[in-house]
Amino acid sequence: MSLPLALLGDFGEAIKFIFQERESVSGGVQIGGIPEMAGFGLTHMHVSIVAILIAAALAIPLSLWLGHIGRGEFVATATSNVGRAVPSLALLAFFISFIGLGLNNVIAVLVLLAIPPLITSTYVGIRQVDRDAVDAARGQGMTGWEIVSKVELPLALPSIFGGLRTAAVMVVATATIAPLANVQTLGTPILTPQTYGFVGQLGASIVVALITVAVDFVFARLQRAVTPAGLKLSEMPARRRFLFTTKRSFKPT
Amino acid sequence: MEAPATHSTAEPLEFCDATKRYPGTSAPAVDGLSLKVPAGEICVLVGPSGCGKTTAMRMVNRMIEITSGDILLGGRSVKDRKTSELRREIGYVIQHIGLFPHRTISENIGTVPKLLGWDKGRIKKRSEELLELIGLPAETGKRYPSQLSGGQRQRVGVARALAADPPVMLMDEPFGAIDPINRERLQNEFLRLQAQVRKTIIFVTHDIDEAIKMGDRIAILQEGGKLAQYAPPAELLTYPASRFVEDFVGSDRALKRLALQRVRDIDLWKAAAIRVGTPVAEARAKIAEADVSFAMLVDERGRPLGWLSDRALTGERVTEELRSPARPIVELDDVLRDALADLLSSETRYGAVVGVDGALAGVLSLEVIQHFLQAAPTESPTGADLLAE
Amino acid sequence: MTVPLAQLQIQEPGGSDACAAANDFCPSWIVENIDRYWSPLLEHVYLTLAPVVIGFAISLALAILAHRRRWLTGPIITVTGIFFAIPSVAAFFLLQPITGLGYTTAIVALVSYTLLIIFRNITNGLRNVPAETRDAALGQGLTERQVLFRVELPMAVPEIMAGLRIATSTTVGLAALAVFAGAGGLGTEILLDKRFKSNVAVAGGLAVLLAALFDLLLLALQRAITPWQRARA
Repeated sequence: MSLPLALLGDFGEAIKFIFQERESVSGGVQIGGIPEMAGFGLTHMHVSIVAILIAAALAIPLSLWLGHIGRGEFVATATSNVGRAVPSLALLAFFISFIGLGLNNVIAVLVLLAIPPLITSTYVGIRQVDRDAVDAARGQGMTGWEIVSKVELPLALPSIFGGLRTAAVMVVATATIAPLANVQTLGTPILTPQTYGFVGQLGASIVVALITVAVDFVFARLQRAVTPAGLKLSEMPARRRFLFTTKRSFKPT
Repeated sequence: MEAPATHSTAEPLEFCDATKRYPGTSAPAVDGLSLKVPAGEICVLVGPSGCGKTTAMRMVNRMIEITSGDILLGGRSVKDRKTSELRREIGYVIQHIGLFPHRTISENIGTVPKLLGWDKGRIKKRSEELLELIGLPAETGKRYPSQLSGGQRQRVGVARALAADPPVMLMDEPFGAIDPINRERLQNEFLRLQAQVRKTIIFVTHDIDEAIKMGDRIAILQEGGKLAQYAPPAELLTYPASRFVEDFVGSDRALKRLALQRVRDIDLWKAAAIRVGTPVAEARAKIAEADVSFAMLVDERGRPLGWLSDRALTGERVTEELRSPARPIVELDDVLRDALADLLSSETRYGAVVGVDGALAGVLSLEVIQHFLQAAPTESPTGADLLAE
Repeated sequence: MTVPLAQLQIQEPGGSDACAAANDFCPSWIVENIDRYWSPLLEHVYLTLAPVVIGFAISLALAILAHRRRWLTGPIITVTGIFFAIPSVAAFFLLQPITGLGYTTAIVALVSYTLLIIFRNITNGLRNVPAETRDAALGQGLTERQVLFRVELPMAVPEIMAGLRIATSTTVGLAALAVFAGAGGLGTEILLDKRFKSNVAVAGGLAVLLAALFDLLLLALQRAITPWQRARA
């Protein structure tokens, strides 16, 4: 294993760092290796999952309701504009300086970052449901709740899961800088070079990159799985299958 | 509306056994189509969907490549031409128009002239000329397609096709997306325009009534891209060549023939035209000479006022006592079908026919129309037997 | 347990006045010290513009290529999608063995982030051109190249500009992390003194303002080059 890794130079060393413990740059402490990385990884996933769940619980029902009654377009679009313009680093620093350090504050930052894409995707998902379908549902005597649960929600699910995918990738990525608020995630080796050295920074970067790509992949699969069969058929004629992967354009709102 | 000063002469168009076969399909889309379109005439390709009419049209400017056979434009094979150059010489109008939304109306009209490298002044002058020709105000040129109504856009589509004064035009269901009232108006406008510009036109439609109205000649295609009959409209209606053509033109083809004839084309009845104050004896003499036993009271310029009652003829001179108003009034230039409709809707057997000056020119009756329809034989003696399945 | 970012010098809350010493939000400190933010701000502008311009050029080339060869669209979306998913902080370190510390690393990583957004929007913009418009263009004798440059691309401008606006505001946010690639920017100031409220407010606020300013400029540009979008009957 060590010969091919040596050929990879810094990357080889970095991969070794992930799997094998070593002495820290400043000496005296053992760093790297599976146990330590797994610990960082657990914290990383812990803050990410909690943040996504809270954000989803707050944003999705609210924007489902807004979308259903057709109000609040301004709120739905303005949040995503503002959300994009605020750098994650600035938001975290704002929390650190004005509110304080610690797990809860990091989670709060991640929740704030995840909310805008969720609001926009849910709202847009509901609003783009064919109004004729909703009208037909009402004409057949469905109640408001039945329309939401049987017509609007199923048809909006692909869009909602698209938002979850964006939010999840963003949250996992941003959890990397959580150590600035003293929460030890996979970003710790990256932000502490005096202990971990460049090899540690690179090793942690590899792990973080792999995790986000995996998260992206899983949510892409989920998004496909929740797409109603009828929509899949109409959106993906055999000749133009790529259309589905192309999806909608990015829209500033 | 003046016709543009410079005119390219229209060219004849000829399909020579033109065939289109798509790869992977056994049946051809267009099967050995042969027909000649004389210069300056409108040839309508008509038929049910899937008969290959649009395919046949699109082979002319090679939007679809010809599999075998040939198409000659002015005696020259379209296959020998570079496609982009060929297309710049052929006007192209499609159902959805396809105006460029990001270009002004003037720029849209100037598309082909610009490709041909005309200078700016000439393009500007040409687009003004064409806007006038299609009856749109000059300031329309500065607007964008989204600011125009559907009918206006369709007119611009025609102007754009005429921009470089092409000898040939292709029109694919050009009025298909327009509502019936505006469609009729656009059709009439286009026929007037064509009377001025005299292009050779291939016109595709699925609507037999439109075909009869627009075509100098009609080519009826049937499934499999086979030519069922190629003839002027009147001949097509009078002598359908096969059961298919007979079915396609419809069981009302006698009525459709009425759409091809104008009131002035048939023998009208004569009626006595009498003014107030005419001596009754003179009036009675006139009535005796006429084909109708009622007399029409007219004003001093001969315009019909109403049918005289018997009491008007009881005194010395004719008085203004009417049995019924002069309704309907039909013009000599009306097509027979419209005139018949007027008669039927007025619940009367006689209609006063007037000329351009409004003066009484004769009387149209149901009998007159019936006579006209019986005059021409409705069955072809041999055509149907030859081509029926 | 660990000391955050010792390679950056940690300063005591700057300024001499009592407000700053008490770490409050101090307008007077901001007025006195605003000068130190100009050069990071300029770096930030550079770190935004360069990636967006380069990313646009690459995406346009890829989109034109994929327009001709449709089968390329899927693979391009997949690859740029992976670039899009990799956190920029990680990308800055993954690139360092190859491109070293500095602008190059930051810009390469940020460019890779813009590709998916801009490519997808150009591609969709081109595909949304109605079939009849293409047909009319070809039927009038425009060549394929003329159709692309005179009809399809101009008609796709609104969607392309939408992509550029999103790519730009996203890049302003990510450029704050370029400090980890050793490329400066407003992130440097934030990290330098991340507990000092006034500092965080100024540096973060400038980044937000920058994003808003770029967005307005792009919106104005879009309106200027798409007059037909405003023309309605």
